[in-house]
Amino acid sequence: MSERVPARAGVLVAGAGEAGVRVATTLRELGYDRPIVLCGDEPHQPYQRPPLSKAFLDGKAVRADLALRTPEFFRDAGIEVRPGQRVTDVEVDDSGSGTATCEGGDTVEFDRLVLATGARPRPLPVDGGGLDGVCVLRGVDDAERLRDRLATAGRVVIVGGGYIGLEVAALASARGLATTVVEREDRLLSRVSAAPLSEFLAERHREWGVEFELAADVRELVGDGHRVHDVRLADGRLLPADLVLVGIGAVPETTLAEKLGLDVRRGIVVDAGCRTSHPGVWAVGDCTVRAHPHLPGELIGVESVQNANDQARAAAAALAGAEPPRPPVPWFWSDQRDLKLQIAGISSGYDRHVVRGTSPGADLTVLYYRGGELIAAESVNRPADFLAVKRALGKGKTIAPEPAADPATPLKELITDRA
Amino acid sequence: MPKIVFNRADGSQQIVEARPGASIMDTATRSGVPGIVAECGGAMACATCHVYVADDYLPLVGEVGEFEDEMLDDAAAERTANSRLSCQIRMTDELDGIEVTVAPEQ
Ligand SMILES: Cc1cc2nc3c(=O)[nH]c(=O)nc-3n(C[C@H](O)[C@H](O)[C@H](O)COP(=O)(O)OP(=O)(O)OC[C@H]3O[C@@H](n4cnc5c(N)ncnc54)[C@H](O)[C@@H]3O)c2cc1C
Ligand code: FES
Repeated sequence: MSERVPARAGVLVAGAGEAGVRVATTLRELGYDRPIVLCGDEPHQPYQRPPLSKAFLDGKAVRADLALRTPEFFRDAGIEVRPGQRVTDVEVDDSGSGTATCEGGDTVEFDRLVLATGARPRPLPVDGGGLDGVCVLRGVDDAERLRDRLATAGRVVIVGGGYIGLEVAALASARGLATTVVEREDRLLSRVSAAPLSEFLAERHREWGVEFELAADVRELVGDGHRVHDVRLADGRLLPADLVLVGIGAVPETTLAEKLGLDVRRGIVVDAGCRTSHPGVWAVGDCTVRAHPHLPGELIGVESVQNANDQARAAAAALAGAEPPRPPVPWFWSDQRDLKLQIAGISSGYDRHVVRGTSPGADLTVLYYRGGELIAAESVNRPADFLAVKRALGKGKTIAPEPAADPATPLKELITDRA
Repeated sequence: MPKIVFNRADGSQQIVEARPGASIMDTATRSGVPGIVAECGGAMACATCHVYVADDYLPLVGEVGEFEDEMLDDAAAERTANSRLSCQIRMTDELDGIEVTVAPEQ
């Protein structure tokens, strides 16, 4: 049990995930020397999530492999990590200093507050969600449950054809489990990706034995009162299942922000320096939304390790009074068996796309343009394309669309200034 | 436990003990060795864990994989014959004392 010592932190970070840890470590790198306290509600040392749907789920990584930092590192850096301490309440004055109350009653006084509370799985709004055999995947305990279930399951239905759903489908089908992905849109990843990428992924998954129900909605999860045994679609059909993974996205965790009266629109609204609507409170990572880079007036939430880290670096720089870091290039990856997806930039808002690849089903890059300028690219098994696009975007440059269609020309040779 | 000697960008050395089976990248990031960014956590997706392996140890760390090869070609810092992605080298007792220089840019 933790002692009830009243402490005063220079910076209190609520949420000890990817973003929260990076705020603390960057502050130390920048020479910040006041006490830093990191409160996380999960009863674990801070860990990485991406392997949860990849190596960890596959049994190729264990809990120790997930650690973000060693306990010795935190101790030596003077970062106090408090696992299992949910921040339940917080009060902040106009300057940003205040008091947080943790579950169990401990209080922490702080000069500055950073919210890094992440997101939680979006619940499926139908009956039957509480049945045994219905899983979500966000934390390591979820992943362990899912891993154990996969070992005994026969028929798996994955609700939601996003990256997590596809990664799990790739693994489940590799084990010979009958695997079906139910997706509401008429193609995979339709909100962000162009059709060639959707078709490439769907085609490869079908070869692996994965079945897709596209343009399909789930009406109900059906069980015997205890265990799930079917997924009922809106058209009435029943898909037999002894394991259902609900992977329909994440909802930013904004409870504390709402208590503080911050501007919350789906996520906590922040500026480029991760300041919230309260000038003394910062927010970073999956709990935030910010101005869309291409679509005026729209807000975007970016759920990625890169975003968590770069937002954390920006917030730490502001807190330490250092220069703001260079604007980052958003990027993301996903592993599905022998397919490595790498995405640079934000594609939503594109008005043109260019496809390059050597042979169908082996590799593919889709470049996205808006107003004639490169804004993003998605690559499968074409790492050089990904790195070239990432570099071009980072330097504010573009890649001419016509020559880019020739897969034999390295993209890095086509990087030019914007018009 | 096998040790890794990191030559840091500022010229100083940091010696870290590795859990056998953990990668050089894992060992570096968990202990906070500066300059190993490793944003993808070892998924071979970021090329920000670039190191130069000292000559003596090069024959012991295995071949550069095909995907790693392409990533190294486009890494931020110059590629040399000693370049490796440190997430692709797993520590064994045989590698005890391995010396790696952190790439100046990631
Ligand atoms: C299965 C899975 C696979 C993924 N794969 C990839 C990938 O391949 N590539 C990629 O770039 N990204 C991937 N992501 C996304 C990436 O992991 C997230 O974007 C990243 O973890 C966000 O970091 P965060 O710190 O904002 O949130 P989190 O890592 O979720 O951390 C937030 C923490 O705050 C805690 N918390 C919430 N409220 C409170 C409170 N009131 N008090 C204290 N603690 C609180 C939460 O429990 C959590 O521990 C994946 C995510 C998942 C779930
Ligand atoms: S950690 Fe990303 S490539 Fe090595």
